[in-house]
Amino acid sequence: MSHEYSAPGDHIESTKPVTVSRYRGITRLNHWVTALSLIILAISGLALFHPSLFFLSGLFGGGQVVRWLHPAVGIVLFISFFLLFLQMWKLNLPRREDAIWVAHIGDVVAGNDEKLPELGKYNAGQKFVFWAMTGLILLLILTGLMIWEQQIPLWEPYAPWAATIPARRIALLVHSLSAVGIVLVFILHVYAAIWTRGTLRAMTTGSVTGGWAFRHHRKWLRELAKNRKAPDNNKTPAE
Amino acid sequence: MTERAPQPTTAAANPPVQPLTSNLLPSDVVRISATANVPAPERQLEKVAKLIDVSKCIGCKACQSACIEWNDTHPDMEENVGVYENPHDLTPEMFTLMRFDEYVNPEGDLEWLIRKDGCMHCEDPGCLKACPAPGAIVQYSNGIVDFVSSNCIGCGYCVSGCPFDVPRIHKTAQVSKKCTLCSDRVAVGQGPACAKACPTQAITFGTKESQIALANERIEDLKSRGYDNAGLYDPQGVGGTHVMYVLHHADKPGLYSGLPEDPRISPVVEGWKGATKTIGLAAMGLAAAGAVLHGLFSKGNQVSAEEEHEAEELVVKTAATPPENREGL
Repeated sequence: MSHEYSAPGDHIESTKPVTVSRYRGITRLNHWVTALSLIILAISGLALFHPSLFFLSGLFGGGQVVRWLHPAVGIVLFISFFLLFLQMWKLNLPRREDAIWVAHIGDVVAGNDEKLPELGKYNAGQKFVFWAMTGLILLLILTGLMIWEQQIPLWEPYAPWAATIPARRIALLVHSLSAVGIVLVFILHVYAAIWTRGTLRAMTTGSVTGGWAFRHHRKWLRELAKNRKAPDNNKTPAE
Repeated sequence: MTERAPQPTTAAANPPVQPLTSNLLPSDVVRISATANVPAPERQLEKVAKLIDVSKCIGCKACQSACIEWNDTHPDMEENVGVYENPHDLTPEMFTLMRFDEYVNPEGDLEWLIRKDGCMHCEDPGCLKACPAPGAIVQYSNGIVDFVSSNCIGCGYCVSGCPFDVPRIHKTAQVSKKCTLCSDRVAVGQGPACAKACPTQAITFGTKESQIALANERIEDLKSRGYDNAGLYDPQGVGGTHVMYVLHHADKPGLYSGLPEDPRISPVVEGWKGATKTIGLAAMGLAAAGAVLHGLFSKGNQVSAEEEHEAEELVVKTAATPPENREGL
């Protein structure tokens, strides 16, 4: 079993027609907890980001609720994303074919997948979303802890500089810039998942069609095909 | 109908005996946090100011006591750690604090510099700029900057916005607290409680004009006594303040427990509440709208039936090859 392009657990479910298991249940649950957290964080954060969106705080019961809910959900997102990170980071490391993919970004947008190199489980766009999310979530959790009014005393013994007002001002600016960034990455992620037809089911039922895998992630499909056990003709079906 | 209270011109006057209605009306508000387009007020109240003459202060803390009494706050009992400050800092229950500093002047003499710290009521308030909650901070046309607890969400942004490190978040009420300049007293024609209580009239209150005139008299007097650098602290970086100091060393405000030399709203806060807010919202809005529109009109990236077939062939062909010969597939 080689796992250069695939994650443990990825496998071909059936051959006629071909369906490929892309995400196991626990990964999908992990993904949707992260997604729900991010949506709650975006809505509650936008309420504090711009006065014209303050009304969104009403969805949670008002600004006083947003004040504690937003950072609490931030902790949930951080832990949840960290678990996703552990499962996905290896296959998101950059590879040579990513550079070719990026150079052919015009063909990507035009949907000319036949002109693109064969890819493993993720293309460079997906890798960009992964690493952008990773970096922005790190920035957001760090600056978020600095501006979380109730938790500021936690900094005093370890990093008193982080509790100072000049540091908090910078944290507020970085937090809001990173928030804008992560909302843009989120929009890109959702848009790409919908535009690339046949992708959403990877995160709902967990499987994709063979044609989808062949079109977008052929190296991944090839590896999974190779990893299949050779049919053992000496065994009877009853075994 | 009871008569409307006059605008106060001094803290020394005794309260009237007849009932009076408030003269600080919702329509006198000129700035509201997180609110654009505040309607122009029908009238302009006379600008008021509190003047704190540091050279006349004896450090008795009567102002603190009066503040606690009037605002019905309950500062914690603390430990004596060998300094005169009590409590140790401004707190959500202590809106004003005498800060004591010992300064050895170039002649080698000790000067005991006592400054009454608290909200400066900036003409351009950083707290109000930073606040995300509509109506939690308001500024009246007489210059008073007031926190409205019922609209406050306790986020602490005002703490970061303030150039003077004044607001404090109440740990149980979860709202921000600071000096109100006794807006509730000013509303009925009375000066602030601290000014009323001050036994040496180191704290006075009146129209900003009258307080500047008084300050100039005091500065002239101080200069005649050898304080060549005596001056008024009314920092223009925040548009002037409605709490001003007469300092004997106006050239070195930092001597007075770190009073800022040239306070202004931090450029970081300006950037956060200015360009970031506007451009950020536009970028997110455009991206979301663009994605939805493009998503509606694009037919998407479809997988063809042929590709489904090719996938099947690939899988079947691989399966037919013994594992040791699968390298090139």
